[in-house]
Order: sequence, then C-alpha cells, then structure tokens
Amino acid sequence: MKQLTALASALVAGTWTTLLWAAEPAKAESKMNMTAIIMFFIFVAVTLGITYWAAARTKSTKDFYAAGGGITGFQNGLAIAGDYMSAASFLGISSMVFAKGYDGLIYSIGWLVGWPIILFLMAEQLRNLGRYTFADIVSFRLARVPVRTMSAIGTICTVILYLIAQMVGAGQLIRTLFGLPYEVAVVLVGVLMILYVAFGGMIATTWVQIIKAVLLLSGATFIALGALNHVGFNMEQFFSMAQEGIKTSALADHKKIVATNQDIFAPGALISDPLSAISLGLALMFGTAGLPHILMRFFTVANAKEARKSVFYATGFIGYFYILTFIIGFGAVLLVSHNPQYVDAVKGTLNGGNNMAAIHLAHATGGDLFLGFISAVAFATILAVVSGLTLAGASAVSHDLYASAICGGNADEKKEMRISKMAALVIGVIAIFLGIQFEKQNVAFLVGLAFAIAASANFPILILSVYWRNLSTRGAVMGSAMGLIATITMVVLSKTVWVDVLGNKAPLFPYKDPAIFSMTLAFVGSWIFSKLDFSDRAKAERSLYDAQNVRCETGIGASGASAH
Amino acid sequence: MSNDAAERQLIERIHNNPKYQDLVAKRSKFSWSLSITMFLIYYAFILIVAFVPKFLGIKIAAGSVISIGIPIGVGVIVSAFILTGIYVRRANSEFDEMNRQIKEETK
Repeated sequence: MKQLTALASALVAGTWTTLLWAAEPAKAESKMNMTAIIMFFIFVAVTLGITYWAAARTKSTKDFYAAGGGITGFQNGLAIAGDYMSAASFLGISSMVFAKGYDGLIYSIGWLVGWPIILFLMAEQLRNLGRYTFADIVSFRLARVPVRTMSAIGTICTVILYLIAQMVGAGQLIRTLFGLPYEVAVVLVGVLMILYVAFGGMIATTWVQIIKAVLLLSGATFIALGALNHVGFNMEQFFSMAQEGIKTSALADHKKIVATNQDIFAPGALISDPLSAISLGLALMFGTAGLPHILMRFFTVANAKEARKSVFYATGFIGYFYILTFIIGFGAVLLVSHNPQYVDAVKGTLNGGNNMAAIHLAHATGGDLFLGFISAVAFATILAVVSGLTLAGASAVSHDLYASAICGGNADEKKEMRISKMAALVIGVIAIFLGIQFEKQNVAFLVGLAFAIAASANFPILILSVYWRNLSTRGAVMGSAMGLIATITMVVLSKTVWVDVLGNKAPLFPYKDPAIFSMTLAFVGSWIFSKLDFSDRAKAERSLYDAQNVRCETGIGASGASAH
Repeated sequence: MSNDAAERQLIERIHNNPKYQDLVAKRSKFSWSLSITMFLIYYAFILIVAFVPKFLGIKIAAGSVISIGIPIGVGVIVSAFILTGIYVRRANSEFDEMNRQIKEETK
C-alpha cells in the first residue's frame, strides 16, 4: 500500500509539473488558453480530490469494479450518458451537421437507437445475472475458462481500439485548444486516467463521468440557447438564415453543397447504398449493447429496478444531447462560418480544423470565458471516457482472465485488486504508446471497428446466453471468435484500411461496414456449433437454463440484491 | 451445501409457479414487441433515407425552409425516449408487483 501511495504522489506531482510547464508557453500565446487552462486545473484538482476520497472507500473488489453497488438509477443514467457522449460525438456530430446538414442528424440517430434495445432485452438481465463484467453472464452456465477467455479477448480488442481513437483525438484536440505539444497531451491524458482508475476504481470513474456529463450537458445547452437567442428563438428564421449562410460561406464543404445544389435539410451523401446503411445501423444499434465499459455500468446499481431506470434517464440525456448538437451545427453556420476570426479562407476550413465548429460557436455566443469553459469540458470529456474504457479493460484482465480463468474463481481478493490496478497501468501505458504512434494516422475508422467488434463478438453470445437455452460453450466460443475474426478481416480488406492506410490500389472487400456479415456469421456460428454439440457438458449447460432464467427474471440470488 | 440444495428447491418452486410463467410470458412479449417497434421505426427511417431521400426534403409548409425530415428525425429520437418510458412504467408497477407476489408465495 505504501508503495502505491508513493507511486500515486509521484504521478500527481508529475502531472502538476507537466501542467504548469505546459501552461507557461501557452500563457504568452493567448488569453483564451489561460482561462481554459485555469478551468482545466480546477477540474483536475476536483477529480483528483474525488479519486483520493474514492481510494479510501475502495476496500473490496465489489467497490473497485462496481462502486459497491450503491449508485442510484439517476446517477447511473448520468454516468452512462457521460460514458457515451465522447468528445468525438460532441465535436464530430456538431461539425458534421455544420459541414453536411441533415446527414449529421441521421448519423446521430444511429447512435441513440441502441439504448431502448439495451433496456428491453439486457439491462435487468445483466444486473440479475452478473457481478462485475459481462462475461459473468455468459459464463453463468457455460464453462468458465474458454468463455471468460473469449469474452476477455473481445473486451480487450474493443477497449484498445476505442482507446487509440480517443487518445489520438485527445492529443489533436488538446494541441489545438491549449497549445500543448501532441505527445505531452497524450501522456497527460494517459497519466490522469491511470490515476483515476488504479486508485479510485469504479467509484472515482463514476463520479468523474457524472461531473463531466453535467458539465457537457449544461455547456451544450448554453451554446444552443445562445445560437437560438440570436434569432429570437424563431426556428423558421434560424433555418432560413442557415440556408442563406451556406450560400455565401467561404468554407470548402459549404461551397460543395452549393455547387451540387444539395438541400441541407434533406439526406445528402452519407448513405449511398442501402446495404452499407443497414450494416452501419446494425453496428451502432447492437455495438452499443456490446461495449464492455457501458455494460459494466449496470453492475454499479443495487437492483434490476435501478438498472432499468438508469437506461431511461441515459436515453433521455443522450437524445437531448443529440438534438443540441443538431442546433449547434446549424448555429455554427449562422455565427461562425462568416466570421473571419474563425475561418481560414485560404484553406477553406475552420481555424483548427472543421471539428472546431462547436468550440468556435462557444466563443461566438459566450466570449473568452465560455470558450475556456467549453475547452476544459472537452478535455474533461476525453478523460472521463478513456477512464471508463481503461477500467473495463483492467476488469477483463483481473476478473475474467486472472481470478476466474486462471485461479478458478478462488482468487485472493487483495491480489485480484492489485492485478487490476497493474492492468490499468499497463493498459494506460499501451494507450499512451499507441496514441503517440498513431498520431499521423486517420483513426476515425477505429471507433467504427470497435463498434463492429462489440456487435459481432460480444453482443451475440451475450444475448444468446440469456435467451437461448441451447447455447453451449463450444457454440459461444466459436461464434464469438468467428465474429471477431470476420470483423477484423473485412475491415482490413476494405477501402478504409487496405486502400487508405496500407496504400493498395483497390479494396479486396467492397463494403466499409462489415457488421451485417460479421454479426450474421457470429449468430449462425453459435447456432451451428451449439446444435452440433452433443457433449455431456452441453447437456448440463442446457439443463441449467431454467435456473438461470428464474434468477434472470426475479433477481433471486442476484449479487448485491440483498435488502440492507 | 445445504444452502445450495435449498436454493435449488426454491428455484424449482418458482419455476413451477403459474404466476412466474405468466410473468415470463408477459414480460417477454412486451420487451420483444417494444424492441421490434424501435427496430422498425429506425429501419423505416433508414430505408426512407436510402431509397426516397427526397421525401424527407419536402417542406412542412409552403414558404417554409424547414423540411419534414427535421421533425421526423427529432421524432425518432423522441420515440426512443418514449419507448423506454413506456417500458419502465409498466415494469416498475405491474412486473415488479408480480415479482413481489411470486417471491412472497414461494418463500
């Protein structure tokens, strides 16, 4: 424990030094950086305070993985929304609306519709059958070692890919907002997330999410209100000014819209062929239901009732947030695209890149102080999301691989927690390293890949284990492995990687979104291998289904469900 | 071990309770219908986007710039929230009450 405390203080001291050192050159650059940095300092100070408080309360594995099970439905709803509303979706979707109009709304809808499905089919089942990770549910009646190992592989693949995308985005965003060098930004994010996760576990991670969700929702509300206030809350005028604004804009994206005579209030080029549209829709809808860091959140509440309430709140917050990003995108057309302060007329982009639409709009509506606030919120958003991911990855290593697969479920609790903290450290270091390696790569496809893997490797076996009596260990492992391998292969051979990253001339696989094929393969694979499984083990597994279902439906025997 | 046996018996009793069977049937019908509703709403929207994108560009009123795509898109978002509300409402009252009775009866 002493060593850990020493390590923690060293890391905290290091972080502050980096921050102070980083603040120095930025001070000279501009005033806006200074407000942003001060607000960011406050956020870091508060969250490190929470981590310190949480560390003292993290005594058992239950505290570490599931915040002791004491989070309420409303708090968890905010935390889920916090996990889901990444900086990429805040800046990315609002700038997509800004640059392409209606397509941005179509895109954001895909990210939302998975939530009701999670509620109807999974939230309560997860709570009643699991303790800390989604592998708990799959291994409830299936053989522990193979199923846990497979689930851990699926979890780690999803987490690492998602983390790389977040780290690269973080580095670029922070460089633009705060004027920090890319590497410094990535290291800073990495060190802070290791601190939150390793010392504060799920308690700290949850509260960081909640604070960030409140900050982001209120910040985005303020920007949207500022934009609407500009037209006296007259929607007709708001949209007609946006339409007019695009006609005279100096931005390349807007010129393209004018040149092709496209209607910005109708679908554009986002969906070119129906198959890709359906495939992307599947990945988004069911990928959400297979994201390990989201699934973990259902173990932090006391019972099935709180679990279902948390999805209700989360869906409301996330839906509201996407409506805000739609208003912010068009608001930026009104207030940002014609202001020389924000536009690089030579390149035909926004200063700092087109992802900055929401950030510039924050400045246009609320001045320097508010810009500083939103910049700090964007940074906080990244930190919160990467912390959730790191915790999910660390839990897969310590709970699924170490405690269950290696120690046969009899691991010493103290040792398991130590492994988990070490895993958080290792994952953090890997994320920092890969984040720096991938600086110059286009990483947008990695998020899509993470969702496709979640939808094809994690979701099918999770839903089948709950709803299909005949699923056997062999079926689950084969189905999940087939889904995982198919997804990766198809993405590597598609245009995204084969042509854009590896520089080949033509793609070997014609579609960008593999989910429709890889998910089907995973389900069919699970079905065939389960049906052909006549082993005694498979028979025993089937006979346990009724008992599993009783617990699943009633919550009897569920962990942490005791009334106290 | 006796604890295990007791739990097995309890599970057996619940499983044979007609109220339990009723709860499972009702809940499963309800959640799958809601899931299918969400799925249909979303895919109807996506298929319109893919096959008849112009439809979403129709203006809500003569002389307005606002297209019907905007209220429809926002409507899909709101429908997701409403569906979760419908589920939570029935589960919090009816299903939780049935569940309580089952546990009471099989104690």
